[in-house]
Amino acid sequence: MAGLFSKLKERLTKTRQGFVDKVGEIFSGAKKIDEDLYEELEEVLIQADVGVNTALELVETLRKTANERKISEPAVLQEVLKEQITAMLGEERALQFAPAGPTVFLVVGVNGVGKTTTIGKLASNLRAQGKKVLLAAGDTFRAAAIEQLEVWGARAGAEVIKQGEGADPAAVVFDALRAAKSRHIDVLLIDTAGRLHNKVNLMNELSKIKRVIEREIPGAPHEVLLVLDATTGQNALQQVKIFQEAADVTGIILTKLDGTAKGGVILGIQSEAKVPVKLIGIGEGIEDLKPFEPREFAKALFSLAEEG
Amino acid sequence: MAMFEGLSEKLQATFKRLRGKGKLTEADVNEAMREVRVALLEADVSFKVVKDFIARIKERAVGQEVLESLTPGQQVIKIVYEEMINLMGGSESKIQIAPKPPTVIMLVGLQGAGKTTQGAKLANLLKKQGKRPLLVACDIYRPAAIKQLEVLGEQIKVPVFSEGQISPVKIAEDSLEWAKKNGNDVLIIDTAGRLHINAELMEELTKIKEKVNPQEILLVVDAMTGQDAVNVAEAFNNQLGLSGVILAKLDGDTRGGAALSVKAVTGCPIKFAGMGEKIDTLEVFHPDRMASRILGMGDVLTLIEKAQQNSDEKKAREMEEKIRKQELNLEDFLDQIKQLRKMGPLSSILEMIPGMGKQLKDVQIDEKEFTKIEAIICSMTPEERRKPELIKDSRKKRIAKGSGTTIQDVGKLLKQYEQTKKMLKQLSALPGMGGGKGMPKATGKSSKKGKKGKKGGQGKKPFLKFPFPF
Repeated sequence: MAGLFSKLKERLTKTRQGFVDKVGEIFSGAKKIDEDLYEELEEVLIQADVGVNTALELVETLRKTANERKISEPAVLQEVLKEQITAMLGEERALQFAPAGPTVFLVVGVNGVGKTTTIGKLASNLRAQGKKVLLAAGDTFRAAAIEQLEVWGARAGAEVIKQGEGADPAAVVFDALRAAKSRHIDVLLIDTAGRLHNKVNLMNELSKIKRVIEREIPGAPHEVLLVLDATTGQNALQQVKIFQEAADVTGIILTKLDGTAKGGVILGIQSEAKVPVKLIGIGEGIEDLKPFEPREFAKALFSLAEEG
Repeated sequence: MAMFEGLSEKLQATFKRLRGKGKLTEADVNEAMREVRVALLEADVSFKVVKDFIARIKERAVGQEVLESLTPGQQVIKIVYEEMINLMGGSESKIQIAPKPPTVIMLVGLQGAGKTTQGAKLANLLKKQGKRPLLVACDIYRPAAIKQLEVLGEQIKVPVFSEGQISPVKIAEDSLEWAKKNGNDVLIIDTAGRLHINAELMEELTKIKEKVNPQEILLVVDAMTGQDAVNVAEAFNNQLGLSGVILAKLDGDTRGGAALSVKAVTGCPIKFAGMGEKIDTLEVFHPDRMASRILGMGDVLTLIEKAQQNSDEKKAREMEEKIRKQELNLEDFLDQIKQLRKMGPLSSILEMIPGMGKQLKDVQIDEKEFTKIEAIICSMTPEERRKPELIKDSRKKRIAKGSGTTIQDVGKLLKQYEQTKKMLKQLSALPGMGGGKGMPKATGKSSKKGKKGKKGGQGKKPFLKFPFPF
């Protein structure tokens, strides 16, 4: 199994490398700064899911800066654009932990974005730091979601608080909060069922879960983490907006960045909702959950742009 | 939200100054095409697909006679709409059946697209058509994926073939034998989610394909997918030769441009749309509805269907009767609100209505207002609900207290009720109003009722009556 993983990684790295080489070309291949270059940049941004409006704004600002600073080198322009994007993404931001007592992270998102997998990886990371971790199986809806979390719990060495399928998730969470306190747990990670943000009842259920957490442990949840699939297009804006209304999202985890999707929609989100990206998922391995680095991300937006 | 601003409104504005022109010039069309392009890109249609698509539209639009009844803007939309249906259309939601059973269907796609769920839904659908499906658990990688399929199989009473975490190629091969022995005529093979750039795992799919000779290889695509949809679809198609697509999670509020992208790059029909988490929510794909949805033109058909699904026909008939006899009371008011809310968040319902986008751009629909009204009515005694005239000041005070609202709120509601009643009185004084359209006056009551019921049964007449002005 380990052999498979390392091989897989090698392959992925190779593929990525290919992309990187390819795209340096947009800038280095261009001899001068002209309309074609701007157009090409706009194209790259749109293809990275940045969104038409945000892409237009970025290129417009770039054009202005180029004129003001009398930039004539495409390479310099590239740096300016990266700066611009990095600035948009804000500072790298770490997860917030409770000063004392159990820290509670509530993990939310639409179906199939990778909530449970992310929790598994996060649990492993925290365990590796010597923290006592407890998992709450709040997805009582999807078939075998509880078992899936249990497998991850066993891998990470974290216990799972659960009830049966179809149980009230708020009740599971309540049990888990009690257990976290009595067992002197450092971090409680709460899994929730995937829900499309336009389902009112399910969003209300989420608000209720959050209220239960707030009531049981003052100051909690310390993070409400929205898991976002990097392959998602402009609908991600709606997801962020509505999850924020229902559960006051404090951070985003951007998953599945190991494919060819670039997750550029994050830029549009930053200009509207200002929810920081805290972690990114770049593979299936336990170690493949990494802190989000705005500069690296900005670089990758261009490097991954064109296939083949 | 700007995102949901209808293309039609934008185009209308673009063409405002063109009114009276007989033909569309190239410059006019170019300007319109810019708007169309933005709309498509915002709906997540792939950049390249948009480019080709626009080129085709332009060819058709230049020199077009502007129909007298239409504004130029609408004319362009009509062309865009038709071309889009052309592109997505010709789809039939049918599964190719093998001349000699068993028929083999392979489900493939990225992680989290919804393969396992759609697989169970498909099994359920085929079972209802009299087939004897077998679900095959070939996802040996994701924790508890096999268990998930087993639970779903149990729910729909369809057997699940699994051999634990051995080679998926072997599992697929063995399942074929098992199906032949046990008389299962359709195999649905659930494969693990994988990245299209993962050569090793993509190769695994080819091996499975070689062993089982599937009639159908269906790519499951998340309807919310962005620009990457083309890369994914292309890679899977090149590797395997897809036969069709299932568009999952279409019950969300995404515009779903991925549908167009995937169809454009693979040429495969979109065979089904996943419309929910429940097992019976795999539906026929409608290219025309998808086209309006991508263009943000409103989706009236879906709205009507939603209303039909959620309205209790018997109740609706009772309501008609009451309106006619002017016996409407607050209990009915409450019923109506409940039915309306069953259809989903109001804002998304309103978005489905063409032209509403503009009017509602700045209007915040306060769902809480409905909660409030519900609370107020629920705090009344049944007697009070039936005869709101009985409610005097002291009762208002109690109702406000009981519902956590103010006396003003209660008063406002009662006033609305009065106004509505008055309005209905005027309405039912008009011929043919106050009930169904062209409903004959009170004569022949029983026969008319019967007819009405039949109509409702055919599902042709949506009960979309919300007689209360908000």
